Amino acid sequence: MLRYVFRRLLTAIPTLFVIVTMAFFLIRVAPGGPFNQERGLSPEIKANLEAQFGLNDPLWLQYIHYLGNLLRGNFGPSYNMPDFTVGELFREGLPISIQLGASALILALMLGSVLGTIAALNQNKLADYSVIALATAGSTIPTFVIAPVIQLVFGLTWKLLPIGGWGDGAMINKIGPVLTLALPQIAIVARLMRGSMIESLRSHHIRTARALGLSDWSVVVKHALRGAILPIVSFTGPAAAALLTGSIIVETIFSIPGVGRHFVVAALNRDYTLVMGTVVVIALFTIVFNLIVDLLYAVVDPRVRYD
Amino acid sequence: MDAQETILSVKDLRVRFRTLDGAVEAVKGININVKAGETVAVVGESGSGKSQTMMAAMSLLASNGEATGSVDYRGRNLLTLSKSELNKVRGRKISMIFQEPMTSLDPLYSIGNQLIEPIRRHRGLNAAEAREEALKLLRLVHIPDPERRMKSYPHEMSGGQRQRVMIAMALANDPDILIADEPTTALDVTIQAQILMLLAELQRKLGMAIVFITHDLGIVRRFADRVYVMRQGEVVEEGDAEALFASPQHAYTKMLLAAEPTGSKAPPPANAPVLLEGRNVEVVFRIGGGFLSGEPLMLRAVDRISIRLQRNQTIGIVGESGSGKSTLGRALLRLLPSDGLIRFGDRDISGADRQAMRPLRREMQLVFQDPFGSLSPRMTVGQVITEGLLVHEPNLSGKQRDQRAIEALREVGLDPNSRNRYPHEFSGGQRQRIAIARAMILKPNLVVLDEPTSALDRSVQKQIVELLRKLQADHGLSYLFISHDLAVVRAMADYIIVMKQGKIVEEGPTEEIFSNPQAAYTQTLMNAAIDVTRFRLSA
Repeated sequence: MLRYVFRRLLTAIPTLFVIVTMAFFLIRVAPGGPFNQERGLSPEIKANLEAQFGLNDPLWLQYIHYLGNLLRGNFGPSYNMPDFTVGELFREGLPISIQLGASALILALMLGSVLGTIAALNQNKLADYSVIALATAGSTIPTFVIAPVIQLVFGLTWKLLPIGGWGDGAMINKIGPVLTLALPQIAIVARLMRGSMIESLRSHHIRTARALGLSDWSVVVKHALRGAILPIVSFTGPAAAALLTGSIIVETIFSIPGVGRHFVVAALNRDYTLVMGTVVVIALFTIVFNLIVDLLYAVVDPRVRYD
Repeated sequence: MDAQETILSVKDLRVRFRTLDGAVEAVKGININVKAGETVAVVGESGSGKSQTMMAAMSLLASNGEATGSVDYRGRNLLTLSKSELNKVRGRKISMIFQEPMTSLDPLYSIGNQLIEPIRRHRGLNAAEAREEALKLLRLVHIPDPERRMKSYPHEMSGGQRQRVMIAMALANDPDILIADEPTTALDVTIQAQILMLLAELQRKLGMAIVFITHDLGIVRRFADRVYVMRQGEVVEEGDAEALFASPQHAYTKMLLAAEPTGSKAPPPANAPVLLEGRNVEVVFRIGGGFLSGEPLMLRAVDRISIRLQRNQTIGIVGESGSGKSTLGRALLRLLPSDGLIRFGDRDISGADRQAMRPLRREMQLVFQDPFGSLSPRMTVGQVITEGLLVHEPNLSGKQRDQRAIEALREVGLDPNSRNRYPHEFSGGQRQRIAIARAMILKPNLVVLDEPTSALDRSVQKQIVELLRKLQADHGLSYLFISHDLAVVRAMADYIIVMKQGKIVEEGPTEEIFSNPQAAYTQTLMNAAIDVTRFRLSA
């Protein structure tokens, strides 16, 4: 098992290298640069800035420099937020995005699984149709609709929640953003769980469990659920990587200082180093979570062995 | 225990399934009685409702099924019991084993865990006591090294061992009745005999009644005290096993009894030309290996086998699952890369690639085991069987192709008007005829038949065997007949090759092999096939 983890981490290195290389050159292909703002800097200042950040060097040299810095853990300065390095931006924003994303993910996995299971056990009955309706709504209503509705109802009308802001991580400030992040995920998990649970309940070993007179609890939870959870485990990898790296919509609407908005804003501003930093972070999260998922798979299913 | 006491009585049981096409009645008001300690066989072909009868008794019907009538176990109607009451009977007083040993155990839990669960549930033992019981049970069903096996997972065991574990689970709480639903059908013949022998031994020791649901009359003849013959949801005949076999009354029973494939095939003249020849054919599969994961495992599936097939000859390739018989068939058709020399007619095809093989494909055809999976569900029967003509005789007009389809269907005994229908509208036997028509329409010289009758009912098997023999006589075909079923091979082949672990263990003319098998393995195979029909379950 350790050998397998080691091998996977080893193969992550070329993967990351390819991603970094592609991202580095792709963002440079896009027209414009970090200092071509609408206001327009005077050509002298612009030239100065570019010289200061080494943007006048040949592209391959910049690439070598960037790789060298990256290997030393240095993401470089942010071009558009000159008071911060990219590393500082992530150190500040990432914990916030991770807190929100992780809460949303846990909520979605628990609630989604329970709803999906209830639907599967009551296939083609009222409970099932209700869950399907909820899941359809959850995955079709966009977050930029859900978020303002939560603000309006819970914040403005009932005054139960603050309308926005991080409030230094107060519990009450997290509820709105977490709900908004979680709702579409709950819908996906519920639908996945319903499908795999229905299949699991039909399998031969469930028939065996019933024929042995085992209790409903054991048949459903011990035998059917464990087999049905595998697709959810697979889903969790990419979902975790996406959720934990923040969401621009939720962070903007609720005024949360996370990292989700960096990705979009940095790309628009051609903030090369910040874009690269975001790419590396998301790639790392994706690689790590996919590894965790594969290891979890082996925990749930003894047929999966990696040695 | 009073041997005359009726402990299970099924009265006017009806099972109905709601489907998109309306309600389908699978069981139409049947009566079955089981006395303490006896062995009752419920016999029938697929679709007769024999399994659904017992599924209904155990409340295991699919969710769209419902049962009416009554199933009385010691005076209580199982169909009306509450779930918690029912669960005191299921697995405790009546237990069941199934046809699918590979999938009937939960793949995610160890054998020990799965064995302990029903013991604790029904007898309220603590974990340590239940573990002791589980070990005892594994010894009872002759699982070697039970301590270690407790920690094993189902995928680490063979089909025969899994079925033994299933039996151990079913007998964990000393039930009155064991329902065995085709318990050996999915197993190799030598394993079948072992499992049947085990059941006989356990019945002697524990004295439970056994209800055998089976299509195999060999099992019924030697095992059952009483027999119910089912057809299309009805019991058409019932009675003592001996009397029923000696003088069957109902026409259907007579037909079933006569359904064993009979006859034999004469060998071709010694000077008949050789159509297909393989010399030292070898197929090696590479398992695993790759980036940073070490040396791959090499599996020698076919190990230097030589074979000569003459025109008009049928060579039966016999072996158990994993013996390499299907792989050999595929390698000889160059559908798999192999080493060694292969000649087809007067051409060396050993190194021939896809391109070079294409013109020869018309002459060599393949019929598969699975009549459900091997026909495209989205094509009409006419399209399925004429598809090969588009490749091999592209100059034919649509009308000519249609004419050929009509001829081919007629030849395999199907109504030519059925060519515009889709495969799912046909029964298993009819589909196999369609698959045969698809091969025959190209007028091949060589047909490789890979277990063509294994998925079919006995009576249908017999018809297919007869059809294949007739086609061979009419067209001078050569067959490679791959099968694990000795009765069918005996009726089809004039020469037999027995394979085990990729090697030939014995070969020779059919009658010689059957009357005087030399190799120990061949003798085991023959004995297993005969054993099934030799001893009685109830002492």
